[in-house]
Amino acid sequence: MAELADTVGNQTTIGVRERRSHRLRRAPAADRIFNSTTAFLAFSVVAILTALISVLLVEAWPAIRQFGFHFLISTDWDPANDQYGALPFIYGTIVSSSLALLLAVPLSLGVGLCLSEMTPDWLSRQLGFLVELLAAIPSVVYGLWAIFVLGPWLRDHVEPFLSTYLGFLPFFKGPRIAIGMLNAGVVLAIMVLPYIAAVMTDVFRTVPRTNREAALALGATKWEMVRMAVLPFGTSGLIGAVILGLGRALGETIAVAMVIGNRPEISASLFMPSTTLASVIANEFVEATSTLNVAALIELGLVLLVLAFLMNVMARGLVAGATRRFKEAK
Amino acid sequence: MSEFSNKDQLRRRYRKIKSNVMVGVTVAATVIALTPLFLVLGYLLAKGASSLNWAFFTKMPAPVGKTGGGMANAIVGTFELIGLASIVGVPIGVGAGVYLAENRDRSMPQVIRFAADVMMGVPSIVIGIFAYTVIVRPMGGFSALSGAIALAFIMIPLVTRTAEEMILLVPHELREAALALGVPRWRTTMSVIVRAAATGISTGVILAVARVAGETAPLLFTAFGNRFWSVALREPIETLTVQVYTYAISPFADWQRQAWAGALVLTMIVLTLELGVRWTTRQKSHATR
Amino acid sequence: MSDKLVVNNLNAYFDKTRAVRDVNVGFSANRVTAIIGPSGCGKSTLVRCLNRMHEVVPGARAEGRVMLDGMNIYDPAVDPVDVRRRIGMVFQKPTPFPTMSVAENVAAGLTLNGASLSNAERDRIVEKSLRDAALWEEVKDHLHRPGTSLSGGQQQRLCVARALAVEPEVLLLDEPCSALDPISTARIEELLLELKDSYTIVIVTHNMQQAARTADFTAFMYTGDLIEFGETKQIFTNPSKRETEDYITGRFG
Repeated sequence: MAELADTVGNQTTIGVRERRSHRLRRAPAADRIFNSTTAFLAFSVVAILTALISVLLVEAWPAIRQFGFHFLISTDWDPANDQYGALPFIYGTIVSSSLALLLAVPLSLGVGLCLSEMTPDWLSRQLGFLVELLAAIPSVVYGLWAIFVLGPWLRDHVEPFLSTYLGFLPFFKGPRIAIGMLNAGVVLAIMVLPYIAAVMTDVFRTVPRTNREAALALGATKWEMVRMAVLPFGTSGLIGAVILGLGRALGETIAVAMVIGNRPEISASLFMPSTTLASVIANEFVEATSTLNVAALIELGLVLLVLAFLMNVMARGLVAGATRRFKEAK
Repeated sequence: MSEFSNKDQLRRRYRKIKSNVMVGVTVAATVIALTPLFLVLGYLLAKGASSLNWAFFTKMPAPVGKTGGGMANAIVGTFELIGLASIVGVPIGVGAGVYLAENRDRSMPQVIRFAADVMMGVPSIVIGIFAYTVIVRPMGGFSALSGAIALAFIMIPLVTRTAEEMILLVPHELREAALALGVPRWRTTMSVIVRAAATGISTGVILAVARVAGETAPLLFTAFGNRFWSVALREPIETLTVQVYTYAISPFADWQRQAWAGALVLTMIVLTLELGVRWTTRQKSHATR
Repeated sequence: MSDKLVVNNLNAYFDKTRAVRDVNVGFSANRVTAIIGPSGCGKSTLVRCLNRMHEVVPGARAEGRVMLDGMNIYDPAVDPVDVRRRIGMVFQKPTPFPTMSVAENVAAGLTLNGASLSNAERDRIVEKSLRDAALWEEVKDHLHRPGTSLSGGQQQRLCVARALAVEPEVLLLDEPCSALDPISTARIEELLLELKDSYTIVIVTHNMQQAARTADFTAFMYTGDLIEFGETKQIFTNPSKRETEDYITGRFG
């Protein structure tokens, strides 16, 4: 009898009612198998992440043990003598990212405001789409373009201008070449901008209509309305977007590796070639000779991972908080 | 009295001008922001299009120092890697997304979601190091397989996030209707819910594929590169991204020319995927209105 | 005229809140029983306990017994999926499966349960169910159009056809007409009168006139309790409880 109930699904259904006499049946194993399978797949994500962190720690251990904390403040990167210090790379990473943000954030703010406040819906959708396309272009393509187009332009038009008028600043001293920190900063700014702009546009769009209408009803001009009703509410989201951009800038490898010059030394001038955590790994990993060399490079990767992780966590919290506040208010 | 209103009028005009100027500033910012897009695409076409001929798509790279040759192996390599990465990455990503969507309230899913978010923020070069250590070293050499798996690691969190979001968008009434018909839970999830979310999930998958097609860093020490024709899983393989990178930083003018052509092909592939996906979703959303 | 479905001491909870309090009622075979009452009285919850849909909501549980032909559907050895194949349900909002055609929707209850039907078999069942749901004439030339391309009233009848295709013994309807226009509502009410010859029908409605038009028996619920149960005529003309009379005459609700 029980078999009949089990097989009812596999037979034709003429008179199916007549054949159903027994309903007592265990919950099928299929449900449990399905749940276990999806749980396993989901858990594998955690497993991969844990494996990644553990492997990096284990591999970097020889360098960690050898140099300890000194690793982070030493500028001595000398594979020939097995001496490794991370400071030039940390410096380069921070400077290139900061430069990128310096350029990208104000522009993104402008883009965000323009797209959410100044343009009609249909246009802002199209423009937003174009901004997204900036993010779609592969990093290596940006790098190629930066080597042959951006670099020479910077060298022939921007750097002379900067050194003539602002040459008293330490940032703008030195020989003008197409490769260097300035090039890397600019190309990084271009690559990071779409992400920051997208977040800012979203944050501004979630400011409730009523805020804007209240300002306009007081007789405010468009700009005054924006300053009064939109900008103040977007601040934490803005900060979140900036940190998100910083996180992306940290991880950007190839375009930077192609134009930064890969010179592991610290200098104040933006015209000089430099290096970053990501680009040195890209350039030296395959040729690394000793175990210590590899371990040191992997330790650099670990530093990079920690920095990127911190940025991401902070950013997420801030952006989520900002947009959530408004969605609740709505 | 009239003095008063004169001042008022001036003030008003000043405010109006200031507002217009600021609007102009934001518009200018947008224009500046979008300029590189057109510059990059423009230069790609200008410098790369002329090198796109039949030979480019069908020939192997020429020996070092000699001109000519093509990128056939790189193009095939790119497709092979993103195909393999999808085969590994999509089932895991969709499965994980289904799990997260179906188990919203428990605590374990929060951990998994957090892990997926963290993975999305891992720099791709670090993924490359990881893949090198756990696959390339034990295998004894660079391989297409290791490159594909590195790319899969990048795809998985992206697909997981999309799958979860799309499944959550399916109205719960649909699930109820299926369950009330006596459809078992697992079948409801697969054949009704996931099927309803399928278009959205496919969109996310294609965007993830477009993203990994453009990745270079994780392939530098996994797939590595190969000047000869090779599609074997256990051998190193050439890809468009690595090839363009190698040629771009080389001192040979001919290689640089080919770098532009390769970059053009790569960009066309990626943009076709991105645009194709966005265009079809726009069609759909217009159709249902 | 025996009871097809008997409810004994049913209590239904959403976490700590008790939505159905100690209800005892019987539903006669081949008759229409309506459950009426103001919003929030527990009528939908009660009906969802009859096919074990209540427990699908996280945190929801039911205690008590519901006997179908003498067998308790809440027995731990019983598979809720099986219960739902014998006790079908039509919901308030028509929900055709969006990725399926009209024909595929009707057959969904069978195909998704793993039944392997020949094309001829399937077409026969689709036609029969659509005829039973009074929808066949309108869609017979459009069987391959998407289920969502039908009007609201047609979609709801499609859901009825879909529920009937599985050949349940009991059909539960949870406010099936509240999202429909009057003409579609009238069609569905006609349908119920035809269907009761072959099925036992339980309908939840907030529309008293609908209950008066279609039901043989009526149950009145209020804040989770079953206040009164009896023949529809008696409930509406001569209710024995004060609350029932107040509700019927519109003093609240």
